[in-house]
Amino acid sequence: MTTRSRLTRTSTPTATLRVGPASWLVPLRAALITVVALVALAFLVVLDISLGDFEIPFGDVISTLLGGGDPGQQFIVNELRLPQTLVAVLVGAALGLSGALTQTFARNPLASPDILGVTQGAALGAVAVIVLSGASGNGSSLVTGTLQRLGLPLAAFLGGLLTALVLYLFSWRRGVDGQRLVLVGIGLSAALGAMTSWLLVRAREAELASAQVWLNGSLNARGWDQAWPMIWTLAVLVPVSLLLVLSLNTMMLGDDSARGLGVRLQVTQLLTLLAAVGLVAVAVSAVGPLEFVAFVVPQIALRLTGGSRPPMLASMVLGACLVVGANLLTRVVIPVPLPAGIVTAAIGAPYLIWLLLRANRKVSA
Amino acid sequence: MTSTSPASRLRADSVTVGYGEVPVVRDLTFAIPDGKVTTIIGPNGCGKSTMLRTLARLLRPSSGTVLLDGEPIQSLPTREIARRMALLPQTPVAPEGLLVRDLVGRGRHPHQRWFSQWSPEDEQVVESALAMTDTADLRDRALDQLSGGQRQRAWIAMTLAQDTELLLLDEPTTYLDLAHQVEVLDLVTRLNRERGRTVAMVLHDLNLAARYSDHMVVMKDGAIVTQGTPTDVVTAAMLREVFGLDADVLPDPRTELPIIVPRSSAEAVAAAPHPESTPLLP
Repeated sequence: MTTRSRLTRTSTPTATLRVGPASWLVPLRAALITVVALVALAFLVVLDISLGDFEIPFGDVISTLLGGGDPGQQFIVNELRLPQTLVAVLVGAALGLSGALTQTFARNPLASPDILGVTQGAALGAVAVIVLSGASGNGSSLVTGTLQRLGLPLAAFLGGLLTALVLYLFSWRRGVDGQRLVLVGIGLSAALGAMTSWLLVRAREAELASAQVWLNGSLNARGWDQAWPMIWTLAVLVPVSLLLVLSLNTMMLGDDSARGLGVRLQVTQLLTLLAAVGLVAVAVSAVGPLEFVAFVVPQIALRLTGGSRPPMLASMVLGACLVVGANLLTRVVIPVPLPAGIVTAAIGAPYLIWLLLRANRKVSA
Repeated sequence: MTSTSPASRLRADSVTVGYGEVPVVRDLTFAIPDGKVTTIIGPNGCGKSTMLRTLARLLRPSSGTVLLDGEPIQSLPTREIARRMALLPQTPVAPEGLLVRDLVGRGRHPHQRWFSQWSPEDEQVVESALAMTDTADLRDRALDQLSGGQRQRAWIAMTLAQDTELLLLDEPTTYLDLAHQVEVLDLVTRLNRERGRTVAMVLHDLNLAARYSDHMVVMKDGAIVTQGTPTDVVTAAMLREVFGLDADVLPDPRTELPIIVPRSSAEAVAAAPHPESTPLLP
């Protein structure tokens, strides 16, 4: 027992913010980490816009973003690079929050949408649209027009939602057990992966190429068409998630205690799951399944902020940092063009192995 | 039990409940007397925890109703129940590193709103709960660093922070050594005597149950065998019938409360020693 290694986390001071009769609890360290991460994100965003085939100095980027700059800079910054960077920010935020929600829901660090198969379900829905619709005449673009704007996100959402429902039904035994949820989820994601492969085998060459680029999680050539659905989804689901904070804190004490403390368990679980699925689906439909972001980021955020569950806001900002950073790496640093999903997977996979080893040691200790 | 003389805010009316198809508790009617410490006892699998969980609305009866203040508990909002009745489950879980003060603070959940997460009243009730349970000095310690008895006191402090008159405790002394069991039950007694809390709990240890209860409910095979004061209930005949235990019941010289002294089958052996028996120690 004494030899087992464990990161000791303890909660940190909480301040109370009072406005008249209203009051909010503010975990101080989480607030500090969030602010620092926001500054880092702002730096990364400016850096991402500044670098590329045609470099724009830092100062010019900022002044152009604020409305200045010459027409050439305005075109490159506002039309070409800002939308793509914005998509990266939104995707990272959505995935970070989604992972924080599912890991809290299951009280298990392994329970992220990409491990549970929700991401794969969303990907299957989207691939089905790309491959089966056959609407793309040329191999260079994805499904076009209205279908791209609505069909892809909708199919991804339905795929993710169906997966989540199957997951919930299969792992429900008088309550949701985190361990069982993860095991069912791993099986489910394998099955969904197989179905996606089957679709790809059946696909014609043109669709195959676009589906495969998309499946690796690419931010290349993403713009306002992808940004708007994300903005709307986040505008709804971030407030919903923040409203769940008190109930989720209480749910960390187990199902019985939570109900004894007046949490409407099923309603909270359903809302949490729906919000998580919605966030993943919209992110997946925008850039493809960016592996491991939803898995790693909330746990990093948790270790930085030292709370009792993955923090929502910090996970969002750190998720945005990771995706913008990965995009920057693939665009600028690595000479071969690579999808950003490969970079996030390269960061996430070792972490997964470490987590599994650590869990194994805990059980055997 | 249609008209119990002592007042009862919480009662079960011909409740049948079980897991799946098999009923664990059959057609049970009883009341938790207000202002008293009530203990449900019975052999393993008799349905005592199931009954307590049904009273707390964690389980839904397949027939019959649980009444809280005369209202069917299934029709009350969860938050409203949590403002009237607190529950300490058998095996509560806490996230790694959770501090005592944060745990106790969660007890305020039924009184909190999103726009009112920490009122001066919350603060005051939590302080009072910490003081009552002697956990004020532990407030900045992580729960997983405490001893079993300290940890259980912190959990009880959380239920106190709920600020309810009714308190349900599901085996609050399990996994504790005797000194810590006494520590927890002394606290329960003080909550009842000093704060007027009505307590209903499930206990395993019959001697402790007899020592710390005003009212005892004895269950076997999902039904109530007998109930009343410890002196009325704890008899050699009851122990034989319900627990299949041969025991003497003696009055405690100090409190007059019944003490159970089990008769070991080894006594018979000791009475007629084996001819070849050797002393354990040379």
